[in-house]
Amino acid sequence: MEKIKVKELDQVVVRFAGDSGDGMQLTGSIFSNISAIIGNEISTFPDYPAEIRAPQGTVGGVSGFQVHIGSGKVYTPGDDADVLVAMNPAALKVNAKHVKKGGVIIFDQDSFEKNDLVKAGFVSDDPFAEMSVSETISLVPAQLTTLTQKSLEGFPLDNKAILRSKNMFALGLICWLFNRPMEQAVHFLGNKFRKKPSVLEANVKVLTDGFNYGYNLHLSVPTYTIEKSDDVPHGKYTSISGNTATAYGFIAAAEKAGLELFLGSYPITPATDIMHELALRRDLGAKVVQCEDEIAGVTTTIGAAFAGCLAVTNTSGPGLALKSEGINLAVMAELPIVIVDVMRSGPSTGMPTKTEQTDLLQALYGRNGESPLVVMAPGTPDDCFHYAYMASKIALEYMTPVILLTDAFLGNGTSLWKLPKLAEMPEIKPNYVQPGMEGCKVTFRNEETKVRYWAIPGTPGFEHRNGGLEKDYEKGSISTDGENHQKMVDTRAQKVENVAAVIPELTVFGAEDADLLVIGWGGTRGHLMSAVSEMNEKGKKVALAHFNYINPLPKNTAEVISKYKKVVVCELNNGQFATFLRSKVPGVNFLQHNKVQGQPFTMAELVEHFELILK
Amino acid sequence: MEEIKQYTPKDFKSDQYVRWCPGCGDYAILNSLQKVMADMGVAPQDIAVISGIGCSSRLPYYINSYGFHTIHGRAAAVATGVKIANPKLTVWQISGDGDGLAIGGNHFIHSVRRNIDINVLLFNNQIYGLTKGQFSPTTKKGMVTKSSPYGTIERPFRPAELTFGARGTFFARLLDVDLKNAQETISAAARHKGTSIVECLVNCVIFNNGAHGWIAEKETRPDRIIFLEHGKPMIYGVNRDKGLMLDGFELKAVTIGENGVTEKDLLVHDAHCEDITLQYKLAMMEGPEMPIAMGVIRDVQTETYDQAMDNQIAEVREKSKIKCFDDLVGSLEQWEI
Repeated sequence: MEKIKVKELDQVVVRFAGDSGDGMQLTGSIFSNISAIIGNEISTFPDYPAEIRAPQGTVGGVSGFQVHIGSGKVYTPGDDADVLVAMNPAALKVNAKHVKKGGVIIFDQDSFEKNDLVKAGFVSDDPFAEMSVSETISLVPAQLTTLTQKSLEGFPLDNKAILRSKNMFALGLICWLFNRPMEQAVHFLGNKFRKKPSVLEANVKVLTDGFNYGYNLHLSVPTYTIEKSDDVPHGKYTSISGNTATAYGFIAAAEKAGLELFLGSYPITPATDIMHELALRRDLGAKVVQCEDEIAGVTTTIGAAFAGCLAVTNTSGPGLALKSEGINLAVMAELPIVIVDVMRSGPSTGMPTKTEQTDLLQALYGRNGESPLVVMAPGTPDDCFHYAYMASKIALEYMTPVILLTDAFLGNGTSLWKLPKLAEMPEIKPNYVQPGMEGCKVTFRNEETKVRYWAIPGTPGFEHRNGGLEKDYEKGSISTDGENHQKMVDTRAQKVENVAAVIPELTVFGAEDADLLVIGWGGTRGHLMSAVSEMNEKGKKVALAHFNYINPLPKNTAEVISKYKKVVVCELNNGQFATFLRSKVPGVNFLQHNKVQGQPFTMAELVEHFELILK
Repeated sequence: MEEIKQYTPKDFKSDQYVRWCPGCGDYAILNSLQKVMADMGVAPQDIAVISGIGCSSRLPYYINSYGFHTIHGRAAAVATGVKIANPKLTVWQISGDGDGLAIGGNHFIHSVRRNIDINVLLFNNQIYGLTKGQFSPTTKKGMVTKSSPYGTIERPFRPAELTFGARGTFFARLLDVDLKNAQETISAAARHKGTSIVECLVNCVIFNNGAHGWIAEKETRPDRIIFLEHGKPMIYGVNRDKGLMLDGFELKAVTIGENGVTEKDLLVHDAHCEDITLQYKLAMMEGPEMPIAMGVIRDVQTETYDQAMDNQIAEVREKSKIKCFDDLVGSLEQWEI
């Protein structure tokens, strides 16, 4: 018997690509879940078009799902793929340049007919040559369509339904290639198609045939094994997307604070999954309202906060713009709300499914008047849970709106999540009025923290009128007095500054005494950590300071940054955080590395840029 | 048993000095509202009065209850959030014709469509007062205002039509100077479960004096309005000798005793009728041929949004095994590492 070559790797990147109707997202997520279950670290990134079903076979309709699995720490979905699964020529066209030298391209031979090549815009009969695919890359043709049809012969399914299962043949093949156990894949399919036994049966059949096809033919490609990860602390895990993690953070915070959870929302890509998750949670009393527009999203939320809920709204850039007047009412009325902005590529409608960090200055400053609020940004998909929880805690304890900036990369991407217990989460103690304070005015506050006391309607003795007009500091009534206004503006600003007392100090990752400090914030953490690690392995002295708390900044920010000779701020915009830092930490020469392409950083470009700076 | 506290209108007066122009119609509505609140017997702490921006939207400051003077156009949305968050509160929404029907038009129709249990006092003076006299969505076509120096070229909204178009369950109309009827109408709105729209015809003495002049005079008013009451024949007039009949598909004003018309020939008002046809015709009547319909024109019951939300939560809760956050986490696909 021919011996099968097995490549042992510590990490591998697989990209599934096909038509947006080809089921690539499902295929990719099942593969990443199986890998997580057998003990690998995972990071995933779906890259899909805004069109639900673009014309079949065209470049505009290509949907991709990239999985990075590893036996060590995996911070990003990876730059280029070791293995590309291309369901049609369009998928090849979009993704061929992202396959590593020595990698593998598996493609559906049946979908590479002349007609298909034309649809994808190829002019010759050899798309691989046209794409200058390196000779080091192994091409694995498989008649996925024909094989799937054969596999399902005799099943009571129409041809359309049969063709829809060909992603499972590809998944089976990939499971063989990576020595993944079939039982887990079958288990995931079982959950997915619990209510459609005939679809389940067909999918399992095709999946198994795909696996056996690889096994029996001994395709002339090496198979891979990736050892279990040793870096992951022992415990129970699941794989979670940033949007789901965000939703769960709010559920946890509401329960911990003893409040009902309210979400006022309007559908917008890529933020809507947060609403989907919370809408499911009627069993936990979550009051989710799908509103008539973005403005109602935030203003129902403000009403719910006024009436005593943990009140949250979610959106993306254009929606944040529409909500800005409402957010300002929450600033003025000093009510606790959390606004999630799952940032996407702008301006205007921009590229709705693509990721960017271009809403930072909008979040910080995009309102009339002096209107400071708290801005936070998680760094990884699973991090979204922690920061959604902390955003709720800070909003409730400081009576302020908090903007949580995630992005399309975090929201749709997944990572491993160590399952938390509510008892282990920090306490949440809203600044309620206390018995004995009856008659206190709407503006009465803890003079030390400057936090206003919260009297919830229904509580006797605390009836008051709140609103968007400036109030007298002492009496709480409407005031147009100039000095009073100054005092109120300063008080609201001081209150937000005081949040710095409860947020963690900035820590630095990487080389001690580094020659270069890399600064990032939010969803770029994985890429920046990977790049800095790689530099360190090469012996280059580079360190990373990554921010999750943007406003206020951690107390030691200036102290940390001013230790370094060279500082570069890397962000997926044209320098918004750099601009903010310049205003907060004067006297530092902030270099910039910026990218606005709707895509995350790649490690390669970061490393190249850092090396250039160090020269 | 706990004694039910008796309230007087004074219990609902705040310590704020009321600052509308002398002669403004809003004073009358404020007083009527405070009387209704006293009659309802709901404690001040269990009432939330939510307003947008405009002259009338200052009203929450003058009521001793929880109040929120929000931003332009958004009162309906904020009130929706308040009611969903705590359905035990009695929620009043105060909006003007600009606040409620122009900048807040979208929230207006959607809160009516959802039938959220809030009581809306829509102050209609057919003008923007606080910005000093621009035409509003209810200003009569052709009217000269600061922003329409040659007369408006816009067709106005009729709030009743909008309410019915949004599948409203309650619509009533009152006139600021008609105190007795105003109070009765606001009471009915408070009793209704669902979104109650009360179009309050108020006079802006400064920028649109006499907008409702046709029905303003006490002496001639009985001949020019009809105060509708559910289950009662449609009679009006100084001498109570006028009434409404159907003539084909149209309403017709008749005089009892003339042409053989008796009281038995008159229509009987059915505010509870699901079918909107007749209520619509009543709401759209205009002078001088027809009387202006006042009082409760439509008042039908259906599930409110806040109730439906609570019911669904209770239903899903009963069936679900997930009772808390830890259960939710436990229910996820998971593995040991």
